[in-house]
Amino acid sequence: MEHALETTLTVNGQKVTRRIEPRQHLVDFLREELGLTGSHIGCEHGVCGACTIRVNGEIVRGCLMLAVQADGCTVETIEGLTDSRELEKLQKAFHEHNALQCGFCTPGMLMAAQDLVRSGKKASREEIREHISGNYCRCTGYQSIVDAIEETLGQG
Amino acid sequence: MKAPSFAYAKAKSLAEAFDLIGRPGAKILAGGQSLIPSLNMRLAHPDLLVDITGLRDLAAIEMKPAGLCIGALATHSQIARSELVARHAPLMAEAVKHVAHPAIRNRGTLGGSLALADPAAEYPAVALALNATIVLAHRRGERRVSAEHFFKGLFDTDIRPGELLAAVEFPQVERCVFLELARRQGDYAIIGLAGVVSASGKRIAFCGAGGTPVLAPRAAKESTLEAAQRALEKDLQPPADLYHSSATKLHLAKVLLSRAWNTLSKPH
Repeated sequence: MEHALETTLTVNGQKVTRRIEPRQHLVDFLREELGLTGSHIGCEHGVCGACTIRVNGEIVRGCLMLAVQADGCTVETIEGLTDSRELEKLQKAFHEHNALQCGFCTPGMLMAAQDLVRSGKKASREEIREHISGNYCRCTGYQSIVDAIEETLGQG
Repeated sequence: MKAPSFAYAKAKSLAEAFDLIGRPGAKILAGGQSLIPSLNMRLAHPDLLVDITGLRDLAAIEMKPAGLCIGALATHSQIARSELVARHAPLMAEAVKHVAHPAIRNRGTLGGSLALADPAAEYPAVALALNATIVLAHRRGERRVSAEHFFKGLFDTDIRPGELLAAVEFPQVERCVFLELARRQGDYAIIGLAGVVSASGKRIAFCGAGGTPVLAPRAAKESTLEAAQRALEKDLQPPADLYHSSATKLHLAKVLLSRAWNTLSKPH
């Protein structure tokens, strides 16, 4: 049955209006309708964090929000934050510390890490781990990810 | 997996929300952090989702004569940041630290957690330990239910058709403690303890210990830790989960009780 609703949202600074089926979650919409495939889909039930994106300035699980719920919202993805160079320091640190191997978790991991960086708070290694506790990485063992985030936080 | 097909409507007022939730196959959508996974896994098949997150009046946190009143739509992040919660409902402030991960905390709500009544979740145990008052709104008025009468069974509450969980009132207590063991920061509890001391004595509730949050009245009556730990064997029969046997969970509940005991028993 057709339940599509006209939905307008701002994605990485661009206003987008589409008719969207309520069953489609936000990351599927970004990937399949807008071609923004940087946000990954892992578990699709809120466990892995690969789909972490920013909605109205706060990080959320993109698979646990319906695209129609983003009506009137501002959405930022890894593509937007890369183009604006907001993630530059963090991306460089991830590269230098070898904080990724397969890279599947990396976009979500960067979004979660940047949430901590932009808060301006000082964070211990334990607090860094806590902040990325909702993001799975199956390659690195997290040590190098924590190193990279710690270094970026230290640069202020 | 992908969710099945359903219709969606965002309520602009409480009156409109009551109209919408009366329709056949309607289900309330708040933060969606449990409902959307269950849709994605096709464990739920609603005909209509009624999004109530636009009803901002239901997100207020304010002091009332009966205690701190937290609106159902307050998110975990809001609760964690609130100075009013830290001052007047410190048990909630302690418990919220254990609720999920940052990206989920930004959307998940108090009302959603209580209405779902997952027995491993933190808020139901907190509500039960404090015997908080759950405020249920209906087109014809409000109904107030104490937490003791609210949790009926596994994922089952006293919410009746046409009702919407609007707010929760948390009474003040003298002392409180929340402790939890989980496999990973933010995961559901293996076992968790919410304990309070007030003029009428101790109340201790556990999460992850049964089909509902479970009170431990016998342990709460004891005056020494050893006796309370023995009494806990009568209070709790925790069901095994995938990783922990019933005996392990009971043991861990005793460990948490010993860690909480100093707060729960120190003289006034």
